[in-house]
Parts: sequence; structure tokens; C-alpha cells
Amino acid sequence: MANYYNDIKEIKFELENSPLMQRIVELKERSFEDKDQYDEAPQDYADAMDSYDRVLDVVGNIVANVVAPNAEAVDAEGPHCEGGRVRYASKTYENLDAMNHAGLNGMTMPRRYGGLNLPVTVYTAANEIVSAGDAGFENIWSLQDCIETLYCFGNEEQREKYIPRVCKGETMSMDLTEPDAGSDLQSVMLKATYDEENQCWRLNGSKRFITNGDSDIHLVLARSEAGTRDGRGLSMFIYDKRDGGVDVRRIENKLGIHGSPTCELVYKNAKCELCGDRKLGLIKYVMSLMNGARLGIAAQSVGLSQAAYNEAVAYALDRKQFGKAIIEFPAVAEMISNIKARLDAGRALLYQTARYVDIYKALEDISRDRKLEADERAELKQYSRLADAFTPLAKGMNSEYANQNGYDCIQVHGGSGFMLEYACQRIYRDARITSIYEGTTQLQTVAAIRYVTNGFYSQVIGEYAQQPVSAELETTKAQVKTMAEKFDACTAAVKEAGDQDLLDLCARHLYEMAADVIMCYLLMQNATKSPELFAESLRNYVRLAESEIEKHNCWIRNTLKG
Amino acid sequence: MSLKIVVLAKQVPDTRNVGPDAMTPEGTVNRSALPAIFNPEDLNALEQALRLKDQFPGTTVTVVTMGPGRAAEVIREAMYRGADGGYLLTDRAFAGADTLATSYALSTAIKHVCPDADLIIGGRQAIDGDTAQVGPQVAEKLGLNQITYVEEILKVDTQAGKLAITVKRHIDGGAETVESSLPCVLTVNGSAAPCRPRNVKRVMKYKRCLAPMELPQGTGFGDLPYAAEYEKKPYLKLGQLSCADVNADLQQCGLSGSPTKVKAVENIVFKAKESKVLSGSDEDVNGLIQELLANHTIG
Repeated sequence: MANYYNDIKEIKFELENSPLMQRIVELKERSFEDKDQYDEAPQDYADAMDSYDRVLDVVGNIVANVVAPNAEAVDAEGPHCEGGRVRYASKTYENLDAMNHAGLNGMTMPRRYGGLNLPVTVYTAANEIVSAGDAGFENIWSLQDCIETLYCFGNEEQREKYIPRVCKGETMSMDLTEPDAGSDLQSVMLKATYDEENQCWRLNGSKRFITNGDSDIHLVLARSEAGTRDGRGLSMFIYDKRDGGVDVRRIENKLGIHGSPTCELVYKNAKCELCGDRKLGLIKYVMSLMNGARLGIAAQSVGLSQAAYNEAVAYALDRKQFGKAIIEFPAVAEMISNIKARLDAGRALLYQTARYVDIYKALEDISRDRKLEADERAELKQYSRLADAFTPLAKGMNSEYANQNGYDCIQVHGGSGFMLEYACQRIYRDARITSIYEGTTQLQTVAAIRYVTNGFYSQVIGEYAQQPVSAELETTKAQVKTMAEKFDACTAAVKEAGDQDLLDLCARHLYEMAADVIMCYLLMQNATKSPELFAESLRNYVRLAESEIEKHNCWIRNTLKG
Repeated sequence: MSLKIVVLAKQVPDTRNVGPDAMTPEGTVNRSALPAIFNPEDLNALEQALRLKDQFPGTTVTVVTMGPGRAAEVIREAMYRGADGGYLLTDRAFAGADTLATSYALSTAIKHVCPDADLIIGGRQAIDGDTAQVGPQVAEKLGLNQITYVEEILKVDTQAGKLAITVKRHIDGGAETVESSLPCVLTVNGSAAPCRPRNVKRVMKYKRCLAPMELPQGTGFGDLPYAAEYEKKPYLKLGQLSCADVNADLQQCGLSGSPTKVKAVENIVFKAKESKVLSGSDEDVNGLIQELLANHTIG
């Protein structure tokens, strides 16, 4: 029986083959202190890993048997707006029902609120798997991770009120964007005023492009400080649909992810609760929310790339021209091996990022209950920085790869791919948004560039270069080292020019160079441990990356010449 | 109101995806070539039971299955999806049972583990035998009403002080709604609602459940990894019943209780000479019509 987890050996490899995993589990399970209180809690590391495997097996099964078979119908029907409310496509309810019965909600939340207490890394795998079945449905389902922000910054009363509801399957949304505030969230104007009479906050105004905007629990960014115009006047609020006051004015007609309703919302004196402290809405909470969401988009992108690969291979094996399967033609085979190379490299980056996020989040969570030891504080700082540096790489690169892979997948299909009868067209359309929402690739570059200029990526690359590789990969390692040197030389040359505009212009190129080198090293580690899964992808990826780096190198050199 | 429900389930070889090695040269099922699965219609039955459990809190769903040690997998699977527990009915004396002996064994087990069951629900039939006899025979042996070909349980309520069930039942060309007092036996069709998926919390909780029969020969629960868990959490030890445990009459069990005798198994291979290839031409179609009219197949 098909299973979107068990059938993809690379996912399991990523979960099991990092030296960081033991530490993640130990921190997340707080030395397995839940085991006497919760029947489902693991006894030790091996037991936890076994449980993760079983959880993902359930996800893979549901995706193969419910979500993926429904994807075409959901894409065709889409949601609609009815009396201010969203009605999902009919099969979306089937998907949600299956996920709820399986209890796949509140996945990273502590058990005391009804959650599964899974590491972000495991949740990321689930996310990728769901996306491979239907990226539009993944949007709705994965918005559950907004609860992470409420958990981190809400008070205990709010945690107790909302987290158990999300664990039971209530959906979430993050209401940030407005007509005049897209990438520039400092311009958010939705008004939050304190209602003295009823002792509560009220929201008035509108929001646009809100994914799953008719959700049960909203996190809303609004201007609580009258008269302010920048990010420091914004706070975060929780709106509970049970209280009413927010209606859906319309649903957007989109190119892709049709299953996911993108809403325009109207707030009419809607009662809400302040989450965390006033004025920290954008500068602290939304930043945290966005980082989680970006990791989610990276996972969604990898799922789409996997789907593109599956469709391309299946078609190329089946389709015969000139008397043989088209996969036999080098020009077609090259496209497919490039899809696979980008998929495996991007996935390695995704999971490395998830692991970094896990360690810092788990330590941060422990710090809420007790003071961290000095070495723990240092560890928190280190991993927080790694997570911050890697998240924009994972999001930007994987979303661009998903687009490229979707494109190549259609190309493999030839004329049939342009007709609407094959899944590749949906993958291609669904992938298009990934490099736009939660910050365009250009904004991921903005978030990442400081780690180029302050040498942090170079430092990490230097550490990766110290890791031993198998004897067969020594030549590849030397090749990648040369690539890293080119990246360093380009960075130095751009910095030396001392021109901010020039740096902004070259940023995307430097960003990609760093990401390419990092992915080469990560894939090399994978290929050292499991040549049968990764040796071929590594060979193909290094070839691609090396030519990319040469391209960027050439571009930067020419640009510096003026 | 809460109910006591017994679900009858069987582990079967997956005969839906048969490869060339599905049969042994002797004409019996090659069980090693076919994966063992939860009989599909028994999953539909389980779903009906779990819906009643959702509707009436406090309802218990107990699975009873007959088979070798590995059949306990069916009980675990049902628990992952929402059943409270189960019993593996296992004994050499049960081996070789036909539907009559199986029904006898199951009915004695039900009397033993849940004498006051309100509902006994099973799939219409198992995909390895396709007889659809076991459910009805269990009802007869327990002296209970039975409703076969169930599509959906419409309601369970109290009528004139007694529990009653209303069921939509599949019949030729449509459906009918029937009522029965409880207790009663239902057999559920594959066209009924599919079974819900596993619940991950339950999977994590019950993953170590084992029947004694599954343990390696000569070992006990104390020899297993995480042995202390089996002491702390009794639900990890699945119920297991032998012929003696359920006070079954040996004469009515297994081979000796089975009037069905297999006289011979014939391996039928369709040969090309029994078939005829026709084109879609008017001439061929007319020829076929004439031939079928002549031998009275049609007309």
C-alpha cells in the first residue's frame, strides 16, 4: 500500500542520521520526565525515535489514501464565500476529518495541553509529506504552527484556553497583510482600541490576503498605539471566532494552492485579547511567527519538489517515443537527475535548519521554567543564531527549487504537461507562491545577507569542511572547498568596494553562493553515510552548484568592474 | 446510555493483490506470498462501532479475533483506531475450522468475555473465504437477532424501555431501513463508511501491546525490552483465550467440528482454445448474436 513517508527513504534518513537528533530528543523530552504521567510519552531515545517513525507512518498513510487522491477535486472546486464565512471544497473536510481523527494537531505542543510534544524536525517531515500530497491543503493544516507563537508569548490563561482547542483540530490563521502593508508590515493600520466599558480590546478595519482567514483562532497584528506610524506602535492580538466580529468579504481567485482560501477580512468592533506585551507585536512576535512560517514554506517546497520528481519519473518511464521510454534519452534523464539533486540538497538544508530550530526552541522553553546553566546559555545562543541564519536559506532556496522542479516536471511531460490532465500542472501552479509568501526570495536575501558580510556562513562552512567524508568523496570535497573559496573571495571583493547599493545588488548572488556550498557539504555528509541513497545526487548537485557558483562569481566580478 | 460492543475481526491474506505465486502447487493459499491484513469489511464494522462510541460516551468496543499469534496484530490495529481492547482466541484445537466451527468458537468466546454485549458487529465476509456465513451463524448460536448487509447504523435508542437499533441495510437495487431490539448481530458491507485512520497518540500508547502467544517460545513479558512497562500498564498485555478458557466443546471445534470437507482442489487455467477473438466489425458482431441466440444464451 502506498505511503508518502515509507516510500521516501530519504525522509527517514534525514530524521535518523544527524548527531544532533539525540540532543534534540533529550531536550524536547526533558530527560523523559513525561513518561510516568502520559501513557504515550517515550521511555528513552530509541523509544522516541520509534514513536516518531510510527507517527509519520500514519501521516504518510493518510496522505496516500485521502489527501493525495482528493487533491485534484479540491483544486478544481476550491473554497467559496457564503454569508461572510468560508466553505472549503467538499473534499477538504474529508482531509481535515482524517487529520483530526489521527490526532495530527498541536504536534509540537507540550502534552499537558493535549499536544504530541514532537520536535520541529518531525513536524517538518509531516509538513513535507502533506505538501507532497496537496500543497494547498498543507497550507490550512500547517497553520496549526501559529500556536507556537501563542505558546511562547501568550499568558498561561491564554495557553490553557487556546492550545487544547488547536490540539483537537481547531484551525488558525495569522492576520498580518493589509492592502498597503505587504512586505512592509510596519505600515499595518488595522486599529486596536481598548474598550474601557467592557474591559477588552476591539479591532476595526480590514486585512487582505489572509490564508485560511475564517479560521477558529486568529493571531492579528494591529495598531494599538494611536498616532504612531511605524512598527513600534503594533501589538499582537488573539481573535476567537466564537466571539464574532470578523467577516470574510471575499476570497481571492489564485493561480495555485486553490484548496487554501485566501481571504479579505473585515473587522467590525471585534473583541480580542492582547497577546504578550503592547508594542512588541511586529518587532518580536511577528518575527518569531514568520520564522516558523518560513520553515513551513521550506517544507512545503520540498514536498512539492518530491511530488514533481515522482510525477516526472513516472511519466518518463511510461512514455515511449522513438521506440523507447523517454527516460532513456540523456536530455530527459538530465532534467530528472537535476530535479532529484535539487530535491535532496534542499531537503538536507531543510532538516539541518529544523534541527537548529529544535535545539534553540527546546532550550528557550526550558529557560521558561528554570535558569539555564552557562553552557546551556551558550548553546542556546549558538543554535538560535544558526536557526536565524539558516531559515532564510532553507525557505528561499527550496522555494526557488520547487519552482524550477515544477517547471522541469512539465518539460518532461512535453505537450501533455501543458494540458490540464496531469498532476504536474497543479504542482507547477502551487509551487509559484512559495517564493513569494512569508517573504519573497528577495526578502530572504535581506534577512540572510548580514550572515554573509559578518562571516558567519563562512565560519559554518569552515566547520562543515572539517567533517570527515568517505575516501571516494575526497575529490568532491576538494572541489567544494574551491567553491567555498570563491564565495569568500567574492564576499571580500564586494565588502571592499564599501558601497551599500552595490552590496544590495550583489546580495542575491552571494546568498545563493553560500547556500550552494552549504548544501554541497550537507549532501556530502549524507552520501558518506548512505552512498546508495545520495552518491548520485551529490555528484549531480555538485556539478550544478559548481557552475552556479562560477556564474555568480563571473557576475559579481563584472559588476564590480562597473 | 453506554453500550457494550464486540467487534469480530479476522486477519486475512491480502487476496486483492494477487501475484503469480499466490497459490502453492498443491492449490492452497501461499500465505507467505500474501501480506496479512485486517479483513477490509471488518474495518467497516469497526467504524460503525467507533461511531457509536463517539455518540455514547462510556461505550466499550472489544475486538475478538481467532487465529495464530500474529493475528493479534488485528487487535492492535483496532486499538490504534479507537477500540478499547481485545481478545485473541487461539488454540491448536481451533485449527482447520470451517465457518460452523469458527462461529461456534467465536460465540463461546463472546459468552465468556462479554456475555452482556449489546451489539456484535462484524464485516459481511472475509476476503479469503467469501462465505458471509460466520456473522449469521454466530447470531444463531447466541440466539440473537441479526441484520446483514448493513450500510449504516441510523440510531440506537430506547423504545418501550428497551434498547433498539435502526439500521440502513443494502438490498438488491436499493436499501431498506430495519429495526431490531438489542442485543443483536450486525454484518457490515464494504460500501459502508470507511474506517477512520489510526490515532497517533493511541499508536504511541498501544504500540507495545502483545498477546502472550506472540512472545518467543519459552519467554515471558518479563524478558521483553521495557519489561517494567508491562507490569505498570496491564493494557499492554492483550487478552488471550484457549479452547479450555472459553469452555468450548472440543468436538465442535477445529477440524472435528467442521462438516465442510474439501474433496479436491482443481487448478483451473483458462486456455486460449476456450476463447474467441472478435473484431468490432458488424459482421463479427452479427455472427456472435446469431451464435448466442442459437445456443439460447440470449433471446
